[in-house]
Amino acid sequence: MKKITKILIIASSLAMIAAFFTPIWMIDLEAPQYPEGLGMQIWINKITGDLNTINGLNHYIGMKKIEPDSIKELTIMPYILAFLIAMGVVTGIAGKKKLLGIFVVIFLIAGIAGGVDFYMWEYDYGHDLDPTAAIIVPGMSYQPPLIGSKQLLNFVAHSYPDTGGWIVIGAGILAVLLYFYESKFNKKIPAKESVK
Amino acid sequence: MFQINKTDLQFKEKSNMKFNVKNFSKQVMSQIASSSILPPITAGLILAITFSVILLAGCGKKEGTTTLNMSEDAANKVYVPPGQYDEFYSFISGGFSGQMAVYGLPSGRLFRVIPVFSVDPEKGWGYTEETKPMLMTSHGFIPWDDSHHSELSMTDGVPNGKWIFLNGNNTPRLARIDLKTFRTAEILEIPNSAGNHSSPFTTENSEYVVCGTRFSIPMKELDVPIDSYREKFNGTVSFVKINPESGNMNVEFQIMTPPFDYDLSHAGKGPSHDWFFFSCYNTEEAFTLLEVNASQKDKDFIMAVNWKKAEQYLKEGKAKDVASEYYHNVYDESKHSASSEVLKTVKMLDPKDCPDMIYYIPCPKSPHGADVDPSGEYIVGGGKLATVIPVFSFSKMLKAIETKQFDGDVAGIPVIKYEAALHGEVQKPGLGPLHTEFDDKGFAYTSMFVSSEVVKWNIKTLEVVDRAASFYSVGHIMIPGGDTKKPWGKYLVVMNKITKDRFLPTGPELTQSAQLYDISGEKMKLLLDFPTIGEPHYAQACPADLIMKNSVKIFKLDENKHPDAIKSVNDARVERRGNEVHVYIGMVRSHFTPDNIEGVKVGDKVFFHVTNMEQDWDIPHGFAVKGNNTAEMLIMPGETQTITWEPKVATVYPFYCTDFCSALHQEMQGYIRVQPAGSSGEIKFSLGVKK
Repeated sequence: MKKITKILIIASSLAMIAAFFTPIWMIDLEAPQYPEGLGMQIWINKITGDLNTINGLNHYIGMKKIEPDSIKELTIMPYILAFLIAMGVVTGIAGKKKLLGIFVVIFLIAGIAGGVDFYMWEYDYGHDLDPTAAIIVPGMSYQPPLIGSKQLLNFVAHSYPDTGGWIVIGAGILAVLLYFYESKFNKKIPAKESVK
Repeated sequence: MFQINKTDLQFKEKSNMKFNVKNFSKQVMSQIASSSILPPITAGLILAITFSVILLAGCGKKEGTTTLNMSEDAANKVYVPPGQYDEFYSFISGGFSGQMAVYGLPSGRLFRVIPVFSVDPEKGWGYTEETKPMLMTSHGFIPWDDSHHSELSMTDGVPNGKWIFLNGNNTPRLARIDLKTFRTAEILEIPNSAGNHSSPFTTENSEYVVCGTRFSIPMKELDVPIDSYREKFNGTVSFVKINPESGNMNVEFQIMTPPFDYDLSHAGKGPSHDWFFFSCYNTEEAFTLLEVNASQKDKDFIMAVNWKKAEQYLKEGKAKDVASEYYHNVYDESKHSASSEVLKTVKMLDPKDCPDMIYYIPCPKSPHGADVDPSGEYIVGGGKLATVIPVFSFSKMLKAIETKQFDGDVAGIPVIKYEAALHGEVQKPGLGPLHTEFDDKGFAYTSMFVSSEVVKWNIKTLEVVDRAASFYSVGHIMIPGGDTKKPWGKYLVVMNKITKDRFLPTGPELTQSAQLYDISGEKMKLLLDFPTIGEPHYAQACPADLIMKNSVKIFKLDENKHPDAIKSVNDARVERRGNEVHVYIGMVRSHFTPDNIEGVKVGDKVFFHVTNMEQDWDIPHGFAVKGNNTAEMLIMPGETQTITWEPKVATVYPFYCTDFCSALHQEMQGYIRVQPAGSSGEIKFSLGVKK
């Protein structure tokens, strides 16, 4: 591995430490009655924001309460992230292309697994509704989008990565790019010119 | 003389008319001027026009003047588009309503009536167990008082947006309103006082708020003949110290004064920082038919008090402890409850023991306003019955004291020679000068009650530069920051005493009338009429950003220290203690926990301790039980309030939320069953039990 690859892998892995201190995902809700905004931030180990208010509103449609204490992902995710950071640093220090490949694969699996898990979590909240709820709209479910915006009754739900999430995504993309760089272009192009 | 003035005024306004009348009248005038029509005809024409204008004014139909002043320009200046904010908060006293109202300027829109000295059903003020102590006095619970003047707390002579003070006039009290919550935080009764009128004016850093007596009363011996007024009656001025952090108030000292009527006051500023100025009338010491007997002397007084000197005498132990019972009521925001403390003594300074502390300056005639200009050098007296506006110079006053230019004394208090302290007089200002505010360009604005106008004059040269009619009989006026070191001289609010035909009629009892003028240019321009509550006596205003950023949105449930609060619906319960039943209810959209209660008996006293568990902005809940003689309640998010109920008939009573809270507000209801006295039913409570 080139020196620049090593530095970038170590640097981007260390940058992911920021995801311990910033939210990784945000769900914002927009409604006429909430000019001040309403939303929640999903962190690596907690959920913050207007959770009480959102839970209060959700009870009309029979949604389960979002209780961070009962979400097991919030206890597991810090370890997964810590492992990714550690592995990235080790990969950079070792400088083995093969290790980089393994890192990329694990990173991608973690990312996809996270996405699938998040989708299933959202699906469960959006579909597992109390049949005695005050408001039942036939055929209506309230699953927020995985990423993007969607109208749910009087709310528009926006779901996007937050600061920490963007850093992790950036680190993942960089790892993939660096792998390709190492395996293909690097053979032909001198290292000096490859620095962007 | 005044009639002609007024007619001139009407005339001027008429010529400002927007539509063709302007051109038409111009043409007519020029034709008259250029033609060789005989002078008698001209005179006749002018007379006829004048007469018709007087007639127009006299018959009370003011359509002419109103429409003349209205133009698209004025409309634009007061128009605040939907969803946008006003530039200023204004706090206008509620007068005989005992409250204070908050309006936006320039729109004149009413935002909130803050309950202070009177019960307020809309907010539960004085009805809930938590707020009742706020209206306690040494005379017992007083449901309705008369509030007069508001004054914002200050730092360096400029409003700091923390608190606003309001005086209770009838049963003398002083209130502090917290501008984070727009609620009354503290009410202090003022002992040895009656008619707390010259209040609640504050020093430059709100070190003190003053309270002066409009009525003198017997103090040492209480039961005395009224005609012993001169010998047995006294006035007082009280200096209430304000804790700069908490805002808490205490009567630091009082000064015993001769039995005059102390009307209004203002603190000095800058060079005059150490001084306070009080206007006083009835130096005749009349106790009957004051309208005649207190109007005999050519000059009354402005009383100058050196409060720094008074502090020094207090330190030196010159003050005597005087036994007097008075209430101090504080609303604890963390407990959402008020408590009363009964105080028993007050420190009293007698001017006889305290030389150089007080001086009288003669002031014509029955002065109302005692207003200090932004520089702190000029003190303006507003002699209601005077034909001039006297302007005193602080530096000349000091010099007069130094060189002992006195005209004798009153009860040992030196009277400074009028001319020695006088900067000059504003000549022919109008009739009935009452109160003066200031802009930031060296001009003063004085209200003229009798001639119903505001007069703008130059403080240095004392020349009248403009006058504007008010509708009708203006009392106090207000410029944002107009009694501070730094006026925002953009608008002038005029608070009128008479409304008559200004708005759609509402029977004999009319709304009060305030008017907004643009004073940014050379001439005052009437922009807007807006109705106000009570009869506003005085007002304050400051830029909105000084206050809005600190406005509390909700009370935090975690920080609710009310002893009867519940933090979780799991704590909702009903408890019997002898014949008291305590119901701890939690409210969340859109149900009560619990909403079915049984086991109450006739003869029980039920306490509903209701906590609004919402933590969302602008989701108050109401609480009402059928047949409850005490009241209803309105409870803010995170707050706990209590009402009592003594049902007399055994049956099932419904209760419900009175503040529309959600789409299922109408479903937010419950039942409480009351059984006959002595029946065996146990306390039961539940929510959502399914069959």
